[in-house]
Amino acid sequence: MNHLPLIIKREYLTKIRNKSFIIMTFLSPFIFVGIFALVAYLSSLNNDTIRNISVLDGSGMFAGEFNSTPHTRYKVLKNVSLEEAKKEAEDEEVYGLLYIPKTENLESLSQGITFYSQDSPSLSLMGDINDMLETKVNSVKLKEAGIDSETIKSLHINIRANQETFKGKETSKLGSGLKLAFGGAAGYLLFMFIIIYGNMIMRSVIEEKTSRVIEVIISSVKPRVLLLGKIFGTTLAGLTQFLVWVVLILVLMTVVTSVFGIDPAAASPSQQVIENSVDGGTQQILHDIMLEINNLPLANLVIMFILFFVGGYLLYASMYASVGAAVDSETDTQQFMMPILMPLILAVYVGFFTVIDNPHGTVSQVFSYIPFTSPVVMLMRIPFGVPIWQQIVSVVILFATFGGMVWFASKIYRVGILMYGKKPTYKEIYKWLKY
Amino acid sequence: MEKLLVVNNVSKIYGDYKALNNVSIEVEKGSIFGLLGPNGAGKTTLIRIINQITMPDTGSVILDGEPLQPHHIQYIGYLPEERGLYKTMKVGEQALYLAQLKGLSKQEAKERLKYWFDRLEIGDWWDKKIQELSKGMAQKIQFVVTVLHKPKLLIFDEPFSGFDPINANLIKDEILKLREDGATIIFSTHRMESVEEMCDHIALIHKSNKILDGRLVDIKRQYRNNMFEIGLITPNHATTTELLKEKFEIFPATFKSINDELQYKVKVPDSISRNDFVNYLTSQGQLTHFVEVIPSASDIFIETIQKN
Repeated sequence: MNHLPLIIKREYLTKIRNKSFIIMTFLSPFIFVGIFALVAYLSSLNNDTIRNISVLDGSGMFAGEFNSTPHTRYKVLKNVSLEEAKKEAEDEEVYGLLYIPKTENLESLSQGITFYSQDSPSLSLMGDINDMLETKVNSVKLKEAGIDSETIKSLHINIRANQETFKGKETSKLGSGLKLAFGGAAGYLLFMFIIIYGNMIMRSVIEEKTSRVIEVIISSVKPRVLLLGKIFGTTLAGLTQFLVWVVLILVLMTVVTSVFGIDPAAASPSQQVIENSVDGGTQQILHDIMLEINNLPLANLVIMFILFFVGGYLLYASMYASVGAAVDSETDTQQFMMPILMPLILAVYVGFFTVIDNPHGTVSQVFSYIPFTSPVVMLMRIPFGVPIWQQIVSVVILFATFGGMVWFASKIYRVGILMYGKKPTYKEIYKWLKY
Repeated sequence: MEKLLVVNNVSKIYGDYKALNNVSIEVEKGSIFGLLGPNGAGKTTLIRIINQITMPDTGSVILDGEPLQPHHIQYIGYLPEERGLYKTMKVGEQALYLAQLKGLSKQEAKERLKYWFDRLEIGDWWDKKIQELSKGMAQKIQFVVTVLHKPKLLIFDEPFSGFDPINANLIKDEILKLREDGATIIFSTHRMESVEEMCDHIALIHKSNKILDGRLVDIKRQYRNNMFEIGLITPNHATTTELLKEKFEIFPATFKSINDELQYKVKVPDSISRNDFVNYLTSQGQLTHFVEVIPSASDIFIETIQKN
């Protein structure tokens, strides 16, 4: 008798018919897009404020340097004392007062410049002002030494070493970035998926115990089949939810950005700056990116992404299932969460630090075989070129461990049902394995 | 009689706790077998072994002539003491699901469910969720699910708990009817009156060991001790009491009567026959009541446990 499809079907249907599941499925994208729109709106609001800054330049060196921008307006004060200027600035409620003392010596000037304001001034504004003053003072200093700043500029040469493999394939910095982006995105997606749906599996495993239906079920099906059914059923429900989210968020984003005219890039100002600065080169960069994508082993990547994503998720899902198998209620799960989260976090850290530093180093290699870290680490390594046999070995280890973990969980489950209302310890679970 | 279930020298140890020690039972086809014992004696462990929820450490279980195998679960219907159903699932859906797990096809399960739901007059619960039902109502569903796949062997662990007297009776009749239809029933309960009423055969498990096993009538015969309950109208109750005390071991007894009489339980030594005893009593006065005290299942239970 094969009960697996039956159990999967029940788990799936119960999950997706659950009211809170339905609500979360359709509400989350709205909340997500809502928050996004709010952030975009707020940051545009933030940029709209205009800062009035009074400048009292005693040295007279910086005349003409203070050019007002859309968000910052400079007002150069003349023929007033510092005290008067401060009083005036306070009365007019300007954002701040920049005071540059009168001095002959540039070194002492650098010590004497002060910015007066009501509260602590914005960090970025202070950075801008400091930069501006520094550039000016430096160029004055260079002139004093008899060097023209244009000469300095013309002396500077940029070096970008061309990267090429021995076989003559060009590799580029852009390519590495792209590879990292792919690996990072894959690893992060897996991490998120496990965190979101792992708990759902754990709860689903506990369900039979809290409703006490367990003895009836377990006298009809093997615990291993039941656990597998739960893992697959819940995973399918999770995938369904995830797909709905992706589709809804894409649709909503398009609607929100077009209807309210919010520029998505406004949410991240730094990006805006970059785009502006390379305006002319955008076309060229896009072209390069397309070229680099073509250079990646795409088929390999996609297949391995699916295998490692599924395998990694199933492995962690079975770990969550083990925890569910060991306890009676969700409140008892806390002590067992650490051993699940530790390897997961380790995988992400190893992925983001070690692999970026050296994709083929010993540490990266070792962690790309250990099943608890391989889904993240190996996925990040593959774009940099990993021999196929290594990938296959890693996948096999991963799925074998998943099988072993399900066996382990069902063993615990079988014994765990005999112990109602007792909080298990690690020592006891070890003993259960021998029953 | 042919045996449906034979349990041979089964032992089970959990860590350093011995749950079952060399227990053997034989259940005849078509009988009702009472599995008795105090709480924690090991009954549930034995039942779980029969259901293949746990494996015995040593010993074997033979069902219908074959050593227990995974596919046997479809021949067994089990109503556990710790019972429950998926709370958020609808009654009909849930019953179908559980029936399919026991190997019925969806169509078959539907037909049989309809039969049972009509029979127990619970047809209109089909679309209700379990959490909307009362405990007794849920128990009824559970009973139906247990017997739906027409198992050869039915195991009921405290089947009447949670039922009101009317429904308990209804379930009792259904169990008896299932036996008539050929099912063999193992029945674990603390309600001795139902044991008395229903069981052909009992086994008593105490502290992991089987300490008593046999047909209920045989056991009763074995446990009877020539005790009689008597009612006697005499001219002088006090002197008769003295006389009886000299000759026999007597215990106070009370039974309902419209006479003003002496009421005693009298233990008669084996050397005196029943007829002689009756003759002796009638010589003392008018005999109004004479009944052999047959030990009840409850008495046997308590006595055996205390002896061990």
